[in-house]
Amino acid sequence: MTKLIKPTLTRRKLLGTGAAALASTPLLGRYAQAQSSEPIKIGFQVHRTGIGASYGRWYDRTTQAAVKRINDMGGINGRPVEVISEDDGTDPKRGAEVVEKFATQHNTDIAFGTLFSHVVYGSAPRAGELKMPYFVVSEGHHVASGALNRWTMQPGITDVKSQVQAMAPFVAENLGKKVTMIYPDFAFGHDHRDYFSAAIEAQGGEVVAKIAIPPTETSFTKYFPKIPRNTDVIYHVMVGPAVLTFVKEMGEFFGPSKPEIFGFIDSLEAVDIASPGLEFLEGTYFWEGNPRYAQDTNHDFDANYRKAVGVDENGASVSDSKDVSTYAHMFGCWETLNIVKRGMEMADYKGAGDRQALIEAVESMSNMDLSDDHPQGAKIFNGKTHQTFGHQYISKVEGGKLALAHTTSIEDTMYEDEVDYTTQSF
Amino acid sequence: MDFGPHLLLAILEGGVTAAVLALTAMGLSIVFGVMRVVNVAHGEFYMVGAVLAWYIATALGGNPALGFVAAIIVAPLLVGSLAAGVDRLILRRINYDPERTIVATIGTLYILQQTTLMTFGPNPRPVEPPFNTRIALPWFEWSDKGLEFYYPWGLSITSYKLFVIVAASVILITLWLAITRSKAGLIMRATQQDSDMAQAFGIPVKTVYSVVFGLGAGLAAVGAVLVVPIQQAYYLMGHDPLLLAFIVVIIGGLGSLPGTIIAAILIGMADSIISVFFTPTLAKIFATLLVATVLVFRPTGLMGKSTA
Repeated sequence: MTKLIKPTLTRRKLLGTGAAALASTPLLGRYAQAQSSEPIKIGFQVHRTGIGASYGRWYDRTTQAAVKRINDMGGINGRPVEVISEDDGTDPKRGAEVVEKFATQHNTDIAFGTLFSHVVYGSAPRAGELKMPYFVVSEGHHVASGALNRWTMQPGITDVKSQVQAMAPFVAENLGKKVTMIYPDFAFGHDHRDYFSAAIEAQGGEVVAKIAIPPTETSFTKYFPKIPRNTDVIYHVMVGPAVLTFVKEMGEFFGPSKPEIFGFIDSLEAVDIASPGLEFLEGTYFWEGNPRYAQDTNHDFDANYRKAVGVDENGASVSDSKDVSTYAHMFGCWETLNIVKRGMEMADYKGAGDRQALIEAVESMSNMDLSDDHPQGAKIFNGKTHQTFGHQYISKVEGGKLALAHTTSIEDTMYEDEVDYTTQSF
Repeated sequence: MDFGPHLLLAILEGGVTAAVLALTAMGLSIVFGVMRVVNVAHGEFYMVGAVLAWYIATALGGNPALGFVAAIIVAPLLVGSLAAGVDRLILRRINYDPERTIVATIGTLYILQQTTLMTFGPNPRPVEPPFNTRIALPWFEWSDKGLEFYYPWGLSITSYKLFVIVAASVILITLWLAITRSKAGLIMRATQQDSDMAQAFGIPVKTVYSVVFGLGAGLAAVGAVLVVPIQQAYYLMGHDPLLLAFIVVIIGGLGSLPGTIIAAILIGMADSIISVFFTPTLAKIFATLLVATVLVFRPTGLMGKSTA
């Protein structure tokens, strides 16, 4: 039997408690009457510190510029966009905490950002558990391989598997068939190791040595003697704070008799190609996700984008010529935010309840045309694998600058689907 | 690459690592030897030295040699003064209590690291070496015609790296002479052996402690200034030198100067040679095993004396 409970609260106490409760929710009234004009909140997971800080600095500037443009055009569904940034320290554990913070503390609509593959790996499961759309601007093959979940998408930048597959024919035909690979010893480097080895073998070439280097290494000369003497081409891709040291020491090791060199610009992102000690790179080649130096053949879309993010013709900040951008990767932030905008408009996104509809809307996308929304180039998005495919660029070092030497087709980058996320339940 | 030239290259690279490591570990060892303080912030003093070198070199501009010379003189002095300040403000006030000094130096570590992050920023920045010529090294081979010299592919070092080895050796010899032959060294040794008795003989023990703590940090800073044209100044660069310096002083014997040098050469060379011929992971495993072995069979280290 239920026992009647006599109220023990006095009127004064009740008033006091009520006033305190009201004071702690000052936005209650405002939300109720103006829900549609509340900003759309984008939780930006940024490498502000740690080994990804140079990328984080430019991912931040690009994101701010993209959001400014979106807001200048009227926002998303008539609502302004607000970016809430949190530093992930380029650390997987911290990355997962940041995603959680977005969901529980900031109540963001989506989580977005982050480059380093180990942070994506660390954060994506938490995003999936929280049912938080997680738009990554990484390059790892982890999204398209099916290792993650339906809430994680990579619509604004291509993945390593497609990049190396598109590069391999150029390397085999123009530089040589016996390749020594030098790469960082973690997920991103292993993607290079596995998919480039397969791609060069398909071209009749061979990887004669695979040299894995810990990502926190600070000196490199001791690794170079492992390069076999019969190497035609060095394939290098390094990341982290010691990249300049890596490339300089490679030059010191080889001296006048170097093999052909093909690098991923990751080895020199945010570093001036004309730095002392890098003269030996003259005549070598680099993959670029987006050409750092403005080319004669460039379209207006690149010029508009360059202006919006504050980058000059040499790929450095307009306000400081020594502050070199991460131009080959940061376009991914710009393009991803434009895709999020388009997805939210397609899904008539109103709030957290429409997150699933947002994922489904982006999954339904396919062709993305070269435009101010997509200044890096046209893309084809695969809704099943949550991965985009696009052009790749190969540049040659000429006079201390990078000149575009070859552009691959989108078809060169495509491969068989390894997963169909659309069949997974939300 | 052939075995001989390959080994020579590994030894030269190991020499550079050992030289810088010896300087850093020596700082840690002296501080422990005299003050019985385990300075966990030692790696951050190293980092601050490198960062100051960047500031000094950038402020002076012009010829890189000018910036470098200024940095190698000024940066260690500034770092030494900073450390002396830490001694006076923190360590002295907790009476050099062993447990509390560990906590206090951990706190100092974070303060130095985060202050650098907030001012210098999270990006690595290079300092240009004063000179940096690539020197191709010859190798010899017996053939029908007798001894023949040739230049193997890749066998080289830079003039700056050679300079680092020489400079570190000169500094360490000077330090050894200062400690064993000068009056200041005598005072330090007296304080080390019995600080109460030293005090009774009129030695200003507190001042000696401040100077020693500053000297220890200054040595780390010298190592950092030497290394910064090879690597770069970076706010997280203090981790590895701290760990390696600890390994070196444990193996060498806490507070023992010759032990520290021997252990630094052992660890620097082993790290380089094992990395070259096997893997860097194995080099770390070796260093850890060596520490464990030394602790089991000679708990006081190779050259350490029992404090009992």
